[in-house]
Amino acid sequence: MVNVTNISKQYKAGKDKVQALDGISFSVPRGELFGIVGPDGAGKTTLFRILTTLLTADKGEAAIDGLDVIKDYKQIRQRVGYMPGKFSLYQDLSVRENLDFFATMFNTTVKENYHLIADIYEQIRPFEKRRAGKLSGGMKQKLALSCALIHKPAVLFLDEPTTGVDAVSRKEFWEMLQNLKKAGITILVSTPYMDEAARCDRVALMQAGKVMSINSPAGIIAQFGKKLYAVRASKMHQLLRELKKFEGADDVYPFGEFHHVVMKDKGNGHLLKAHLSGYHDSELEIKEAVPDIEDCFMELMKTI
Amino acid sequence: MTNNNIKYPDKALSVARLSKNFAGFTAVDAISFEVNQGEIFGFLGANGAGKTTAMRMLCGLSMPTSGSATVAGFDVYTQTESIKKNIGYMSQKFSLYEDLTVRENMQFYGGIYGMTNAFIKEKTIQVLRQLHLEDKANLLVSSLPLGWKQKLAFAVAVFHEPRIVFLDEPTGGVDPVARRDFWNMIYEAAESGITVFVTTHYMDEAEYCDRISIMVDGRIEAMDTPRALKRMYDAASMDEVFLKLARKAVRSGE
Repeated sequence: MVNVTNISKQYKAGKDKVQALDGISFSVPRGELFGIVGPDGAGKTTLFRILTTLLTADKGEAAIDGLDVIKDYKQIRQRVGYMPGKFSLYQDLSVRENLDFFATMFNTTVKENYHLIADIYEQIRPFEKRRAGKLSGGMKQKLALSCALIHKPAVLFLDEPTTGVDAVSRKEFWEMLQNLKKAGITILVSTPYMDEAARCDRVALMQAGKVMSINSPAGIIAQFGKKLYAVRASKMHQLLRELKKFEGADDVYPFGEFHHVVMKDKGNGHLLKAHLSGYHDSELEIKEAVPDIEDCFMELMKTI
Repeated sequence: MTNNNIKYPDKALSVARLSKNFAGFTAVDAISFEVNQGEIFGFLGANGAGKTTAMRMLCGLSMPTSGSATVAGFDVYTQTESIKKNIGYMSQKFSLYEDLTVRENMQFYGGIYGMTNAFIKEKTIQVLRQLHLEDKANLLVSSLPLGWKQKLAFAVAVFHEPRIVFLDEPTGGVDPVARRDFWNMIYEAAESGITVFVTTHYMDEAEYCDRISIMVDGRIEAMDTPRALKRMYDAASMDEVFLKLARKAVRSGE
């Protein structure tokens, strides 16, 4: 459904040049929920703008549903839905007026495709007459998603829909996406939150304009390839300093309530336990851990 | 954490039944808590729970409707200018002037807070060394990667050595390595005696705080160490604690 081949894009920033995208390739089959995970500056927004025909790449090719993003841009615009990271609806129009406007622009009616947005739109319907600019963040997000869906797009592009959104609302948003996926819509969604990768069918981990890995969440974790231990004690900052002295570690960093110790290739738990044998803390706990997407991301960052 | 700070024997923050109403809407509903000098205090809550309103009152930017609070020993009703001089503030959205160089940002903020030229000169050298930015001092802030900007923004927020620094979602969108570097700076600041008051949407970062409060619908619904909260709510992680509490919320949005 989406095919990207060797896309590159450079920007000028004053005298400097910034390589926003550096030879990106991937493809997304019909009906997949595909995540693009990476921090600010990874190139996520540039990629989405190229795929939605709002920006042209310097090099490479991209196609949506077999249509070329340059030659066939008009047709593509009929078939994609795009929710930019920044709220881009008409602030001075009401909720309902915004929705009607987008339906009309795409030669359809709200009634025709209402089934697609019903679950989402019903939540903001009590505020139908309110101006979009006066909505709360969560409601704006639901309206923007409704407007991006009302023409029944084949592919939906969501650029950082959950940034700055609290943990509860983020969960609810991902549940909405699961329902849209069931309706057969191909979804590309970008996020800086590593934990959201687990909710996608497949993800591309991006950093500094490059794709570091593309796989299912389980596949990415399986590629980690090193032993990982989780350690905690009563004084975590002191423990971190002690762990940084451990020569058997490839990397040591805080990870929630534990510190993670990534072992050098053949390292094992005995070496770690031996290192901490002189560390007296009744709450000391050492256990082998399964890597998280965030562990994988940090490991991959070392390779680029 | 015990309060054995010699320089400041009193609490860094002392809040009692603090409230704020907007035309019949109670944004902050009688919150009470104390924060020790040198403590890292996580201030969590869903969007719309009242965190921003509470923080604005504590920074001397908004007058409370009722209740009392002292920040760095100063009253939130009558001594707001003294509060502003004795706190630092940083948010994800705004903190540095992009068109000024790294060095100029430090000089500017030092000047705003009334620091002497000698202090600014000395402190600038120290901060540049600490951040390993000695060779980048004359670059425009706009040319730095986000992770560096955030670290510099934090250094600038504590440049005048305030008693308390307020951090409003300081690590949003930052890569996982830079996020950890940032927290390392927070730990170092806290060890030097600065009180850190921080909001975040990353629940793993909640674990790095000495104590956490969680706001739901304008009230503080829970407050304790991360470990005690997990025990209390029978949860494996702070994420779970947060979801259990925040799901109770009646109101939504900002």
